[in-house]
Amino acid sequence: MKSRRKPMSDKVEQQMTPMIDIVFQLLTFFVMSFKIATQEGDFNIKMPIGLSASQNNSEVQPIKVRMIAAKGGSLAEIRIGDRGLGTSFQALQSEIAAMAGADLEVEFDCDYNLHYNNVMNAITAVSGRRQGEKIIKYVDKIKFSPPRVPQG
Amino acid sequence: MPKRKQHDVSAEADMTPMIDMTFQLIAFFMVLINFAEDNQNALVKLPSSELAKIPEEQIASPIVLQVSKEGKVVFNGDELPIGGPQLKKALLNEAQILRAKNLDPSVANIIIRGHGLVPTGKVQELIKVCQDTKFEKFSLRAEQGKPKADSDFLKEPKKPNAGIRG
Repeated sequence: MKSRRKPMSDKVEQQMTPMIDIVFQLLTFFVMSFKIATQEGDFNIKMPIGLSASQNNSEVQPIKVRMIAAKGGSLAEIRIGDRGLGTSFQALQSEIAAMAGADLEVEFDCDYNLHYNNVMNAITAVSGRRQGEKIIKYVDKIKFSPPRVPQG
Repeated sequence: MPKRKQHDVSAEADMTPMIDMTFQLIAFFMVLINFAEDNQNALVKLPSSELAKIPEEQIASPIVLQVSKEGKVVFNGDELPIGGPQLKKALLNEAQILRAKNLDPSVANIIIRGHGLVPTGKVQELIKVCQDTKFEKFSLRAEQGKPKADSDFLKEPKKPNAGIRG
């Protein structure tokens, strides 16, 4: 009778408490530090020094996209050459789509205080368009004009 | 005797499923936390784009520069002004580390995570500083998603610093 009972009670009294303590601590740690992260992607730009200015080594002249900022930094106007496109990235995209060729390059000439978000939107508009799952590419090569440092 | 029996039953039946589940939860959060680790910064609210390419393979020698709304660069945990000597020194340091590994700075990728409302000129100045230290590959990082308007960045989360400690 004695020998039967003892192993049974041993099994029951295995110390679970420390393990569960630790496990719960781990769990709380991970839950607390959990942050929902959205996927991030990149626009790759190759800009060796010396080529950033109007200098370029290809025969094709880059399309100059001028982005003018309002006082607060929001977008006031997009221009290609001397044509104004308003503030519509859609319009910019259709302009580029009409011109798009194999070796097209776009150069952004932005006002100093323009919000960076607008530039990213313009880069998105110029680089292509998403149609369902497919991406239709327009322009791969993107560069910037030298910054327009405000006077005074 | 009957008391003991009751004790046995309750101890063995309860634990296993709970522990199973807890471990599963831990595993789940562990996997996700590795994923979220990549250089987030609470100061930076990225612009978003549908076309930004998610890197398919590991980016070669990445150097992540965060640009805050005020135009300061956050690099290795320090906040540095763009025109200042500290940033240049830090970048020169990075270039030297690469050279010590027999790599040219031109193969390294500078990942720029800029806040949506930072003046573009600041980002361009930053690119210029990097070019001066012989870096030439840049990646402008964006979130996946529909393009945002400027006003979307003004909606600040309630606790802007909540993520820094995490």
